[in-house]
Amino acid sequence: MSLLEVDSLAVGYRSARGLVRAVDRVSFTLEPGRCLGIVGESGSGKTQTCLAIAGLLPTEATVTGSVRLRGRELIGASRRDYNSLRGKQIAMVFQDPMSSLTPHLTVGSQLCEVLRVHEGMRGPAARRRALEIMERVRIPDPERRFDMYPFELSGGMRQRVMIALALILKPALVLADEPTTALDVTVQAEVIATFRAVIEHTGTALLLVTHDLGVVAGICDEVMVMYAGRTVECAAAQSLFAAPAHPYTRALLDCLPRADRPRGARMTAIPGQPPDLAALPAGCSFAARCVHAEDRCRESAPTLQSLGGAVDHGVACWRSEAAA
Amino acid sequence: MSASLLEIRDIRVHFPLRKGAARNAGAVVRAVDGVSFKLQAGRTLGVVGESGCGKSTLARSLLRLVPVTGGQILWQGSDVLTFNERQMRDLRRDVRMVFQDPFASLNPRMTIGELVREPLELFMPELDTRSRQQAVDSMLAKVGLDPRVADRYPHEFSGGQCQRISIARALIGNPKLLICDESVSALDVSIRSQILNLLTDLQAETGVACLFISHDLSVIRHVSDDVLVLYLGRAMEYRAADALFDDPRHPYTRALLDAAPVPDPAVERQRLRTTLGGDLPSPVEPPSGCVFRTRCPRADTRCAISLPTAHTVAGGVVACHRLEV
Repeated sequence: MSLLEVDSLAVGYRSARGLVRAVDRVSFTLEPGRCLGIVGESGSGKTQTCLAIAGLLPTEATVTGSVRLRGRELIGASRRDYNSLRGKQIAMVFQDPMSSLTPHLTVGSQLCEVLRVHEGMRGPAARRRALEIMERVRIPDPERRFDMYPFELSGGMRQRVMIALALILKPALVLADEPTTALDVTVQAEVIATFRAVIEHTGTALLLVTHDLGVVAGICDEVMVMYAGRTVECAAAQSLFAAPAHPYTRALLDCLPRADRPRGARMTAIPGQPPDLAALPAGCSFAARCVHAEDRCRESAPTLQSLGGAVDHGVACWRSEAAA
Repeated sequence: MSASLLEIRDIRVHFPLRKGAARNAGAVVRAVDGVSFKLQAGRTLGVVGESGCGKSTLARSLLRLVPVTGGQILWQGSDVLTFNERQMRDLRRDVRMVFQDPFASLNPRMTIGELVREPLELFMPELDTRSRQQAVDSMLAKVGLDPRVADRYPHEFSGGQCQRISIARALIGNPKLLICDESVSALDVSIRSQILNLLTDLQAETGVACLFISHDLSVIRHVSDDVLVLYLGRAMEYRAADALFDDPRHPYTRALLDAAPVPDPAVERQRLRTTLGGDLPSPVEPPSGCVFRTRCPRADTRCAISLPTAHTVAGGVVACHRLEV
């Protein structure tokens, strides 16, 4: 049994134009101490997947499929059940650290509040635990920052406080949605290094949602690439970057101007734009933009098939199956 | 020597803090503090730096959208700071901007056709309706949009398409300089490369010069002929792009390059990084001497005492005391 097992998870919204399939039958597993990156562009369903696991979707959302944490089914779980899981079992780190922290409480009191609510811990013991976790996420001078308000801290420091809040109860699973996107690049590098060190130390599993393939390369063990609500490729980070099998993954990697490649040259672009989620095509949702698309790609949607080989590498593409 | 299209000499933009904040009474924010550069026709200057380094203020100061405290802005040899309203109007025709947020920069109540036509009505009132319409149609086609979309409104388009509309609006009056302020930062990667290619093509076709502002070094590296690296309102390194990226000389430029993640785990996990400690200092009370010294891995006592002067190196200048010779 894996720590987290997601099976055929689907998230839909009814709209005037019909059902919007934000997430369409996504499956994956995550083991303790590992980091899975979910990569995709805006509207690919990565954040929706993450929110579905955390039980934070709005009530209008129709969620089907199964999400099991240590064997316990979360889909359909009551608010009360979820509250008993959040914090101790599942924690979240969001993109914007300013709007996720309470502006009128000091950093220290926010950390201690978590300990008080969940573990009944107060006073000097709570303070010690809070300072300990602040040190772990490399907040310099934690004693002084304990009494500061969020507005007195820089963006990078606030995001470290968010990470500290998420990790203070040593949860089994941390869901991080674009945790470094709002940060400057020099700060991002440090925050990623912190994350990596903390996972290795505590054995917490990390589900990282990002649009940045560079961040994924730096921290993730496994990667799932999403497009228009579906998983198009899922593999160990090494093999995904070394041998991307789906045309979308390949195109996405080619699109990036890279610092370690020669300058100049025309950039590769993916023509067109992602499909309307309320009117998905019958076949592969990437077919309209894919240079390799053939008739069968437009007729029926490919499912995730294992490529075989030493590592588990799945790809949802008719043409790669033919190649295998 | 022929005059540059645009030359900036020691420009400073200081914002006074609101009075009443007793602790800081009389203090100023040094948003841009003594920056100089030259831009020739048809070339692209990339301006890179982190939030708060003064990139956007610098761009805005060129059109006097923010009050300039000191220095000179020479547009084709004449000083913009002495321009009268008529000259400013001509300048605003010749220098056009494309901003970061494609939705916020288009009036939601105007159709695409009206939006793209508006600059023509302002700057080329002599055109008749028919030739104006032709110009709009051909401009829309140039940015990759079907002229038949002219009757639709911005909300009907995606971010990438709205950015194409902004570019059409900027280029329709044949400007001499295009200022792109984080113009591709809000776009998804697959769309971003479409827009970058479009800009490259249009620049080759029209010969417009470009001031390209971004926090993303990999994008700057791709588009620029010359690069200006800013930190806390000051120029750290100003060099030809090839020279700068092959051999960055300023510790800050190196740190920026080191921090940029590479999409390859094999490379990424092996990299030795010099990460910058600490935070960006307050621009109200910048460090003495070199503004970067509080985070610089190489700083020594000299850096705290005097402002480093620009040293000439291959392809440009670097402002650092600790430059290896």
